[in-house]
Amino acid sequence: MKALLIRDLRLAVRAGGGFGLGLAFFLIVVVLVPFGVGPEREVLSRIAPGILWVAALLAALLSLDRIFALDFEDGALPLLATSPLPLEGIALAKALAHWITTGLPLAVVAPVLGILLNMEGPTYGWMLVTLLVGTPALSMIGTFGAALTVGLRRGGLLLSLLVLPLYVPTLIFGAEAVRRGAEGLDGVTPLLLQGGITAGCVALLPFATAAALRVNLR
Amino acid sequence: MSIWEYANPKKFITTTTPIIPWIFGAAGLCIAVGLFWGFFLTPDDFRQGSTVKIIYLHVPAAMMAISAWLMMLVASLIWLIRRHHVSALAARAAAPVGMVFTLIGLWTGAVWGQPMWGTWWAWDPRLTSFLILFLFYLGYMALWEAVEDPDSAADLTSVLCMVGSVFALLSRYANHFWNQGLHQGSSIARVEAVTGADTQERVSNVFFYPLLVCIVGFVLLFVALVFLRTQTEIRVRRTRALVARARREAGHA
Repeated sequence: MKALLIRDLRLAVRAGGGFGLGLAFFLIVVVLVPFGVGPEREVLSRIAPGILWVAALLAALLSLDRIFALDFEDGALPLLATSPLPLEGIALAKALAHWITTGLPLAVVAPVLGILLNMEGPTYGWMLVTLLVGTPALSMIGTFGAALTVGLRRGGLLLSLLVLPLYVPTLIFGAEAVRRGAEGLDGVTPLLLQGGITAGCVALLPFATAAALRVNLR
Repeated sequence: MSIWEYANPKKFITTTTPIIPWIFGAAGLCIAVGLFWGFFLTPDDFRQGSTVKIIYLHVPAAMMAISAWLMMLVASLIWLIRRHHVSALAARAAAPVGMVFTLIGLWTGAVWGQPMWGTWWAWDPRLTSFLILFLFYLGYMALWEAVEDPDSAADLTSVLCMVGSVFALLSRYANHFWNQGLHQGSSIARVEAVTGADTQERVSNVFFYPLLVCIVGFVLLFVALVFLRTQTEIRVRRTRALVARARREAGHA
């Protein structure tokens, strides 16, 4: 499992295109918003948490189809499936690799981009924490979606249609926690619920992912 | 004689063919009676005026939208556990019907909301979760279309249906978090709670009986449509098998 994780990380960094692309996309979306809604500072600082969350969601979506597609094309996936590591473990390792290459950098960069959107003091911490808690769920759900569509030739569009509705609870709780934190209210409850979603996803979705992979490898 | 005998496609077709017209007839009758009763024989609500009559379409459609997803969930589980093809095809057949019911629910809700709340759409928990349910239906149908091998498609959509059910519930409760909505609570629970006291806040009996008839009508309509569409799916698959076999034999000759 560790070997697989390290291999995936190396591939992501060296193959290029996947690793930096998500972050660049994140940056561009955040930069586009002030052009769209106008540069008023109060408006921007009010909508900043929501924008950062939605942008992070889309950036995470961007690299999903690479999770299994490359391995499926060059035949590595059937080999992995016959390895002693159960498919559930493979799914988990893949999701973890995806999180380290997209979710973690996104969470670290988001507060920096918050400066561009004129975010207020306590919001930075909340943004970082909710993204750290929420993005593993995004990666895990995305891995499930990628496993469903791995055998399809034009799965990219379908993948986003399948995955985005599944992202809704994470998005709602994440943005809600940041909003409450920004207003000085108690943001712990939505944060805990979001943590619950993440924990549930990590616990249950590897099985669904493995089931989908088995069907696609049959 | 167990219920699983009906999982035989041929048995399914021979059993359902004679009863489909009856179910359609009963559904049409119930909906016609319910709508006529509701539209012309009940008084206008003292606050909402005649717009209250949209309830006879709105509530049954919304109920069936959720029930259809539950039926798909049960059918998917049966497919995953017992591998009966009819079950998978029934789940596939139910999806577009459920989607249309969801759309009817959303649309009548918008038409009702316009005069009552002064807006077509509000980001209210119930409305939002329905929109998400609609998206789930779309994704489910798109996945059926996209996967070429029918058995793989059935497996994948079943898994998606299970995961989707959990997340549909989650979205439902997550939505409660950000906005106290305009939509009232469950109409039916209020109906059951009617005991004479405080009737102005609930759906009173005058409105309830035609509503019940409408709900029965919608359920019957759903059953009839699903039977019919499942038959179609079975026949489509059989035709495909025949064509494939003919082509194979032509290749040999």
